Order: sequence, then structure tokens, then C-alpha cells
Amino acid sequence: MNRQQVTATINGEHKEFLCEPRQSLLEVLRDELFLTGTKEGCNDGNCGSCNVILDGTLVNSCCIFGVEANGGHITTIEGLSKGNELHPLQQTFLEGTGMQCGFCTPGFLIAASALLDENSEPTEEEIRHWLVGNLCRCTGYDKIVKAVQDAALILRERAL
Amino acid sequence: MKPAPFSYYRATSIDDAITALSGADGMAAVLAGGQSLVPMLNLRLSPVDHLIDLRSIAALSRQEETPEAICYGALTTHAAFEDGAVPDGTNGLMRYAASHIAYRAVRNRGTLGGALALADPAADWLTTAVALDASVTLTGPDGQRCLAITDFVVGPYYTQIAEDEIIDSVVVPRRSAAERWGYYKVAPKVGEYAKSLAVALIDPAKASARLVIGAWSDVPLVLKAGASALLEGVKQHDLAVIVQNELDLKMPSLSPAERRLHTSSVVRAAEQARS
Ligand SMILES: Cc1cc2nc3c(=O)[nH]c(=O)nc-3n(C[C@H](O)[C@H](O)[C@H](O)COP(=O)(O)OP(=O)(O)OC[C@H]3O[C@@H](n4cnc5c(N)ncnc54)[C@H](O)[C@@H]3O)c2cc1C
Ligand code: FES
Ligand code: FES
Repeated sequence: MNRQQVTATINGEHKEFLCEPRQSLLEVLRDELFLTGTKEGCNDGNCGSCNVILDGTLVNSCCIFGVEANGGHITTIEGLSKGNELHPLQQTFLEGTGMQCGFCTPGFLIAASALLDENSEPTEEEIRHWLVGNLCRCTGYDKIVKAVQDAALILRERAL
Repeated sequence: MKPAPFSYYRATSIDDAITALSGADGMAAVLAGGQSLVPMLNLRLSPVDHLIDLRSIAALSRQEETPEAICYGALTTHAAFEDGAVPDGTNGLMRYAASHIAYRAVRNRGTLGGALALADPAADWLTTAVALDASVTLTGPDGQRCLAITDFVVGPYYTQIAEDEIIDSVVVPRRSAAERWGYYKVAPKVGEYAKSLAVALIDPAKASARLVIGAWSDVPLVLKAGASALLEGVKQHDLAVIVQNELDLKMPSLSPAERRLHTSSVVRAAEQARS
């Protein structure tokens, strides 16, 4: 099978790998680079569990081919914490029980971090509108939205 | 499931993409945002031997303004409209429409050109483009041609794009500043494709009104009788009767439930426009 060389910066690290053009970025992350924090739910753009940040924007990695990421900068859930220091979102999801089984959580965390990067003080409505592409089948969205609001507050206080 | 194998080529210019399209042996397709094409390939709904990626072609992301219209390069994303990052000549209608397409991750990649090229009858941009009298500029080996959106779309998922052509840009005429709009999308869940989608535009000072119904089994329809009634200021109940009669005439295949659904969305868009 014809494999192409791809170079990308993933979670700040320079990576080179080979992949087939038909492999989604999701498949490449999980099966070629063993970054299995990013999850596959639907594979058609509907659930958000495969969310990553590519060149500063939130994307569904199942709807992008790995070869499209050539030259790009990618942040996955593995890159959200600074070493052992959790991202405020990870902290508030833990403290506020923003997860149960956790399958949707990497997607929610990445999506929410993309929101907070763009908007440090989102309203509840803005949070819900932004996260509508992320499905959770067990926690219920209220706790998730609350965790995002709490994290936004922590980030704003830190910025003072 | 993953797609059947194909080759991938990142085109560097419009000419380069067209050369690659015309020279390809087997089925070739261009890739824009990939937000329809990649899921279709994943499901093996759309056979492709060669994929030509347009995303590196800067010229396709341009916007150009004239006093009469705004020209959006085919790669302008839904998110760029949502964020107000591109000029708007529609009093915010395009911005509103964009923010109701799918989810943020999809809007960050999905493009205006890709949506119109797909011509899904339920798509937000198709009905919006018909309401706004947009036109589509195509580039091929023999140069450019510009088609009114209603000539461009032939039927569901069926457009005038030739095998060796791409959408270069979409031209949207500026609306009058006094015009008001209504946009009513019926979807089972926020961000899903519409089950019914109506757009209304009214500018009493210019004596102009336009009503368009989309997201039924065929391409969007312009409702002339409904628009005249809207302009005359006909009351809501009477407007509903006029719209329903017009739908019966133009869409005789509708089931009673669909007929009510589409009538309601047209009337609600109209009410929003004149409220
Ligand atoms: C979960 C989900 C929900 C969605 N919900 C909605 C919704 O509510 N409303 C809505 O309107 N849309 C919705 N969409 C579709 C979305 O808007 C897509 O972005 C759009 O339909 C296609 O645009 P694209 O740029 O991604 O095109 P692609 O997927 O890259 O391409 C689509 C087709 O157009 C062709 N094409 C692309 N660009 C060009 C060009 N410049 N010239 C010629 N041909 C071209 C491709 O070859 C392909 O056949 C949804 C998508 C997903 C994944
Ligand atoms: S796996 Fe990508 S959106 Fe569901
Ligand atoms: S925590 Fe189980 S799906 Fe969200």
C-alpha cells in the first residue's frame, strides 16, 4: 500500500511517520502513534470524542486524513496537562464529577479548552452552543457545563 | 470501516488542481473541508481513486468586495462567517445561517464551496444561497463561467460542475440595509441537517420580498405568491393558507405532515422577518 511521509508537531514534539492517505488523523494518532487518549465514537463527525486541536482550531480527527496534517501543529488530550500539573479543566471535571465512564471526556476537554482559548468568559449559552457537537451518554451535560464555567473562572483568576 | 485506497495530492494552485483533475485516470475528487466527503469515504458511499486537496490554495480563501456584491473564495469556512471574520452584505443572515450548521469542529473545516458543490437539499447554504440570489463561479481548463445558483443546482446532489472544474468562488449580492430577514430551521437536534428550512427577506421601502423553502426532497423553491402576500402585510393565518396552497401546487408529492411542517417553517421565517 502506498504510504506517505508526514511531518507534524504533536503536543510540542516533532513527529515523522508514514501513513496511507486513507487513514484518518484519528486512526493515525491511535494506531500509528499510540496516542490512544483520543477516542473513536461514531467516525462520522457526530460525537466529538475524537476532538483534537489542529493549527489552533478544534477539529474532529475522524473527518480529516492524517496526510492533511502534514506540516501542522496538533494538540491531543495527552498534551493538555503540563507534566503532572493538570489543566484547570481536568481539575474541575474531576472535582465536579464532569465524567462517569470517561469515554467522551478527552473530547469534551479538548473542545472546552479550544473554547476558553477563544473566549475567556463564555456564557452558559455559549458553552452549550460550543459543546453541542460533543455527546455524553452518562454524566449529563449540566455537570460538564458547570465544570467548564469553574475552569474559566480559575483561568481568569490566574490571568489577573 | 475505513475508505478504499486512493491517492492523495495537495494542489498548490487552481491551475495545478485543474491539471490534476483533467489528467487523472479513474475517479478523481477534490477535497475541501472534508466534512461531507470524509464521512462518505469512511462509509464507502463515494468511490474515489484520486483525492486532490484544495486547502493549500490561498486564492480559494480570498474575499473580494465591490459596491454591489461580496465574492467569497470557495474555501471560506462556516466558522469564518460565524465569527464575523469575513465581510457581510446580508445584515447578518449569513452569519446566523453559518452558526446553525453542524457543530463547531465541523464549522471550522467545512466550506461554503464544498457545501454548494455537494448540493445536499437539506444543507443550510443551499437554501440561503437561493434566497440571496447568489451565483457560483466555476474554473476549468477553458477558463471561468459564472452561474446563478438556480442554474448551478440541477437537482439533489446534482450540479453543473464538470468533471474537470472546481468552484472558485461564490458571489453574494449586497442586500439593502433596511431589509429584514427570517431564518427558520427545523432539526431534530441542534446542528443536524434540516428537516425543513425557510428563509424570508422583506424590504417594504423597496417593495421587495422573497420566500424560499428548502430541505424537502428536491432543490429549494422560491415561493412567489407567499412573498407577495408577505409584502402586502397579510395576517399570519391567511399567509399560512396562501403558502400551503402554493406548496400544494409546487410540491404535490408532500405527505400531509410534511406539508404542515414546511408551511409552518415558511410562516415562522416570514413572521421573524417582519417582527
Ligand atoms: C456531523 C455533521 C453535521 C452536519 N450538519 C450540517 C448541517 O446542519 N447543515 C449543513 O448545511 N451541513 C451540515 N454538514 C455538512 C457540512 O456543512 C460540510 O462542511 C459541507 O457539506 C461540505 O463542505 P466541505 O468543505 O467539508 O466539503 P468536502 O466534504 O470536502 O466536499 C464535499 C463535496 O464537494 C466537492 N467539493 C468541495 N469543494 C469543492 C470545490 N471548490 N469545487 C468543486 N467541488 C468541490 C467534493 O469533491 C465533495 O464531493 C454536517 C457535516 C457533519 C460531519
Ligand atoms: S469519532 Fe469523530 S466525531 Fe465521533
Ligand atoms: S462520561 Fe460516559 S459518555 Fe460521557
